[in-house]
Formats: sequence, C-alpha cells, structure tokens
Amino acid sequence: MNALQHNVKFIINGEPYEITVCSKDSLLDVLRETLGLTGTKKGCNSGECGACTVIVDGKPVNACLTLAVEADGKEILTIEGLSEGGKLSSLQESFLEHGAVQCGYCTPGMIMSSQVLLNENPVPSEEEIRNAIAGNFCRCTGYTKIIEAIGAVAVTRAGKK
Amino acid sequence: MKNFEFHRPQKLAEALDLFGQHKGRARIWAGGTDLLVRLRDRALQIEVLIDLKQISHLDIIHYDQNVGLRLGTLVRIRDIETSKIIRENFPILSEAAGTLGSIQVRNKATVGGNLCNASPSADMAPPLIALGAEVKIAGKGQEKTLPLEKFFKGPGETALENGEVLTEVNIPNMAPHSYGVYLKQGRRKALDLAVAGVASVLTMDPKLSKCVDIRIVLGAVAPIPMRAKKAEAVIRGSDLSDSVLNEAAKIAAGECAPISDVRASEWYRREVVGALVKRSIQQAFKKLTACA
Repeated sequence: MNALQHNVKFIINGEPYEITVCSKDSLLDVLRETLGLTGTKKGCNSGECGACTVIVDGKPVNACLTLAVEADGKEILTIEGLSEGGKLSSLQESFLEHGAVQCGYCTPGMIMSSQVLLNENPVPSEEEIRNAIAGNFCRCTGYTKIIEAIGAVAVTRAGKK
Repeated sequence: MKNFEFHRPQKLAEALDLFGQHKGRARIWAGGTDLLVRLRDRALQIEVLIDLKQISHLDIIHYDQNVGLRLGTLVRIRDIETSKIIRENFPILSEAAGTLGSIQVRNKATVGGNLCNASPSADMAPPLIALGAEVKIAGKGQEKTLPLEKFFKGPGETALENGEVLTEVNIPNMAPHSYGVYLKQGRRKALDLAVAGVASVLTMDPKLSKCVDIRIVLGAVAPIPMRAKKAEAVIRGSDLSDSVLNEAAKIAAGECAPISDVRASEWYRREVVGALVKRSIQQAFKKLTACA
C-alpha cells in the first residue's frame, strides 16, 4: 500500500469490513457508494447540515468530514444498525408516532444525534434535546415534533425507572 | 478533488521529516474539518497530507494547579467543552469551545487546527489570547515558544514557518479574583461563524471594587484576532461603572476593522462589538460577585 490507497478495517453495525480506499474517499461516500448503506444521507458534504451524522466509537460525527482511512480500526454505527431484525428502535418508532418525519432526509442524522444524547443522558431536558440536535438541520418540520419525539422516549424511560 | 497522499506517522520526528521533505506540497492534518472543505472547494490544492493522529501524547489535557493548563495540539474542541477540569478552572474556554460548529464538528475539530487555520473568526483564539496563552512550535531539530497574541499574521496566515508544527498550547493560571467570558454573535446558535466574537478576562481587587486588569480580544472584526487595547486602557483601574463601560464599548467598536460580507455589514459588526464588550465584562463581574 502506498500513501494514495489504504487498506482499512472497521466494524459497521457490528459487522467487520475490510476494504481498499483512496485517501480522498470520505466515510460517507464509502458507506453509500461502496457498501450500499444509503441510510446515511449526503446533504451539504461540508459539515454544515448534519444529514450524514454517524456514530464513530460512541461519538456523533459528520461522515462527510471523516476520511474513510481515518475510520480504520473504529466501530461505526449507522441508522441501519439501530433496528434489530427489522424491528425499529423505540426512538425510531417515536419519530414515526409523533409525525417527526416529513421528507425524511434529515431523519437518520437526527436519530443518530438523539441516540447519542439518550445514551449519555437518559432523561434530557428540552434545552438539552435542542442542544443535542443543534448540528442537524431540518427544512420541513420546524423541529417541534422532532423534539417531542425525543422527549417522549425520555419520559417513557423515566417512567420505567 | 484529486487524490492525495495521506501519511500517518507514528512519531512527531517522522512527521517533521516528512513535512520537511515535501516542502510546500504538504499540509498537516488533524481533525480535517476546515482543510477537507477547502480541498473540496479547490481553494487549496495539496498533494500530501500528514495526519498527526497516530502520534501519542499530542491530545493530552494536563492541569497543574501551580502552573496552569497544557493542551496538546490534537485536543478535540468537544473535549475542551466537556472536560470537568477545564470547566472548573477555565470556564471561558469550555464555553467558547461550545460555540464552535456543532457537536459533530467538535468531535473532530482540534484546538491546534482551529489556531493554525487562522480564520479571523476562529472561536478558540480570542479566549486563549485573553488568557495569555503561549504556543509551542516544533521544527526540524528545534522547539520554540511564542505568545499566541503574536501567532496570527493575517487571514489564514500564522507565524509557522515551512516545516513547523504547533504541538501544544499552554495557558497560565488566572490571577485571583478573575473571570473570563466569551460571547459570540452569529445568525444562529450553532453551525455559524461569528459575526463578532468578544473574549473578556477581568481581574478585580480583593474587595471587587476596582478593576486591576482587563484583557479584551475581538474576533471576526479584523484580519486577525485583536486586543482592544484602547478600550482596555479606559477600564483598567476603574470601578466598571456604566459610563466607563459605555465609553469602552464605543472605543472598542472604533478600534476594530470589520468588513461587510454575506453574514453582516461593517456597521452592524461595530454595533455588536460595542454591545458584547459591555455585556461580557458585566457578566464576568456578576460571576465574581456571585462566587464571593
């Protein structure tokens, strides 16, 4: 391998992958074009909209700003990894129940950002929810129902305690 | 975008070697949040990138209560935002870090990258300069230290010479009875550059009746982050009365050199500077009296 091409190994949604990438290939392009995982969306391709948000080693990042080679050795979670055996997660169900999805383009990124929030802070305040999704733009919904959907999962969890 | 060489040296010496070898054709890569966008825009054409992230010890946060804070160049902005030790001892840095980009960007962006990219609106620059930070620069066979205030030369230009790498940022402890505030005015709460940014570090006497020292640094309103020294002079030694702060605000608004661009007009930026200078100092004073 020269410095123009790289052999990378990573785990995506629990599955190991080993592929060859060019230096310039973004994780976003590799996910969508090489691996066919098109759930992660390409919005602005410059880190300004959050549509491409994925979770790398537990942290939300823009896949468009991550080079595939930088993901070598990392654990990646995409929207496809949240459902189990075709069953949607409670967060995904909540988005559907609350009308938080219109065109759906921001949705995977929104869900990834809110999933990390709920992992770290199971019962967030509305302010904390707003801050957690501040890096995800939505042009359709006006955000209200998205915030309600996330809040509803938190309330359910609080109720279960 | 053309493909490029992407090197991942394991040691700093290796990185410096590579950097020296590829004179002019190479750039240092940390989080890549600024560089990748510029490469895609073709604003930059670089054939060789040298990734520092495999080198250990460049992302250390170390606090010594007798000396101050040491930040490795690769410390992530998100970690500055959330670090307990930084929130407790240098809250202005954590707050400033929280205004940069978004959580997703902050998980990749680094403090060294923010400074070396040298955007006039770089969010970490005003608070670090106001705190009197110094940077450590490594070059072939030598290491030097420079006050951050002298690091910026122009938009996108720093004091780094060919083959040099910023490795560390050192922040001395604040004097007693000090508090710092960074205020960023943008068009929205996240994912926006500052229209104007103001960092004020205020030091009062033990009775909290007189200002012993003040450092005001303005971002996004000049080619480089700048000290508002004339405004400082008016406040230093004063009782922070409304009339003093109003005068200082006016002077600061006049001292800076903003441009009109797609985000805001020159006139508006000067208005914002004036407002934020006054507000940041009032907020700093309020924090000091609350803790008293």
